[in-house]
Amino acid sequence: MLIVGELINASRKAIATAIEAQDQNEIQQVARDQVEAGANYIDVNAGVFVGKEPEYLEWLVKTVQSAVEGLCCIDSPDPKAIETALAVHKGTAMINSISLEKDRYESLLPVVAGTDLKVVALCMSDEGMPETTDDRMAIADKLVNSLLQKNVAIDNIYVDPLVQPVSTNIQFGVEFVNAIEKIMTTFKGVHTLCGLSNISFGLPNRKFINQTFMSMAIAKGLDGAIINPLDKKMMANIITAEALAGKDEYCAEYLKAYRANLFEF
Amino acid sequence: MEELFEKMAEVLIAGKEAEVKSLAQEALDKGAAARDILDKGLLAGMDVVGQRFKAGDLFIPEVLLCARCMHGAMDILKPLLSEADAAGVGTYLIGTVEGDLHDIGKNLVSMMLEGAGFQVIDLGTNITAQQFVEAVKEHKPDILGLSALLTTTMPRMEETIQALKEAGIRDQVKIMAGGAPVTQDFIEKIGGDAYGANAASAVDKAKELVA
Ligand code: B12
Repeated sequence: MLIVGELINASRKAIATAIEAQDQNEIQQVARDQVEAGANYIDVNAGVFVGKEPEYLEWLVKTVQSAVEGLCCIDSPDPKAIETALAVHKGTAMINSISLEKDRYESLLPVVAGTDLKVVALCMSDEGMPETTDDRMAIADKLVNSLLQKNVAIDNIYVDPLVQPVSTNIQFGVEFVNAIEKIMTTFKGVHTLCGLSNISFGLPNRKFINQTFMSMAIAKGLDGAIINPLDKKMMANIITAEALAGKDEYCAEYLKAYRANLFEF
Repeated sequence: MEELFEKMAEVLIAGKEAEVKSLAQEALDKGAAARDILDKGLLAGMDVVGQRFKAGDLFIPEVLLCARCMHGAMDILKPLLSEADAAGVGTYLIGTVEGDLHDIGKNLVSMMLEGAGFQVIDLGTNITAQQFVEAVKEHKPDILGLSALLTTTMPRMEETIQALKEAGIRDQVKIMAGGAPVTQDFIEKIGGDAYGANAASAVDKAKELVA
């Protein structure tokens, strides 16, 4: 499972404050903690700062990469902000995300064309939010094929089928996990990735829902997640679900986690 | 009869559709006016639902279920409400602005407005200024409600108000706006009439505007 650490997001108050104050220590500590907890990529988001997003994203990338070895997941719908951040990024970044929304699609496709960048392809279009498995497949099909045509390797494509809250429509959970399965079997070699906390929006006890949903998605083939890696229960849940889904040869990762006391909360 | 209305509100809050319907029918059979059943039974119940949701005591699926109960009972009452009654307290045109696909909040507001007796016309999401203008011309609503959840789509609200002015129909409709990033200040700045911080206050403000 590819883990993207989600904590450096300006929609979180502490992070927004640190960005505005240009407080490197605070950001670097959050980056270090996430890498230590097992994050493969560090998400950076400055979306709440209209007008200043490019400048702040660039600062975030520099700040994070001067503290940890890791790579960044550049989280913005704005191609200008993404390009500014990419210019200072060391190594191959992940872009979060391209979608089928016309403006976003047309402006981001040239940015990722022919590169080695990892690209999150979000199943969203101008027609609205996908609700069913078929809605998602129709968007995924167009996104994956146009990325392939633009010489993005299939192994670098991470389809995000878009989680919608089960509080508003009881079918949203099952339609999502079925989409994971269909995407993974239809486009051989592609990956899926999502932030899944939206599933529990509008309901109490959200952490419990998120964990259970993660297990269901892993069972269907989900192989990437944007989560809080400091959430020990979620991490333990992922490791266990992967073993149960037949992805962990000889239960090696599970046992490694056991010996590292990752199942003690 | 009062007891029957109270019971009706109670089962509506509990989300029991079949019971709400049979109580509505029972009240009709006993000679209650459709309008009274609506006001004293169903709407009284929805009012409590709105308050309890705001207080964090009810959750989104429960509100949706209560709304379904309300709709179920309305199917029985509608043919019996006079034209004037059916139009209710006013007509409310609502939609999410261009570029924005969030609709959970808008849908809740719509439901609570219906619950409060408004006739709601929901245009959906990603609605352009021009589409709002056309819809205002067509439906002649008392109130137009705009929803935006993204800081990047908030400017579309101002553009919509501008487009209504250019079409010469700004004065024919009251304008309300809401969505997480929207504030009272913002609405005053762009020339709207009222702000709704949540579904319950949206209903209160809407009632004030048509009063
Ligand atoms: C659920 C959600 C989604 C769902 C939407 C599902 C749907 N069918 O609506 C999904 C996952 C699809 C989604 C997508 C995106 N989202 Co979103 N989403 C949210 C979330 C978590 C909740 C919004 C919500 O439904 N709240 C619940 C309702 C009940 O509250 P409400 O909408 O505020 O409505 C109440 C009041 O505001 C008021 N009200 C609302 N409308 C109106 C209208 C009138 C007339 C009146 C009077 C009152 C009123 O009454 C309502 C009821 O009480 C928010 C975060 C948050 N906590 O707010 C982010 C959030 C709004 N999303 C955000 C973003 C960035 C996006 C995306 C761009 C993500 C992406 N990576 O692509 C896309 C954009 C899609 C698009 N083009 O619109 C950001 C916006 C940041 C910003 N600065 O603008 C937020 C704040 C999350 C964050 N912290 O970063 N999202």
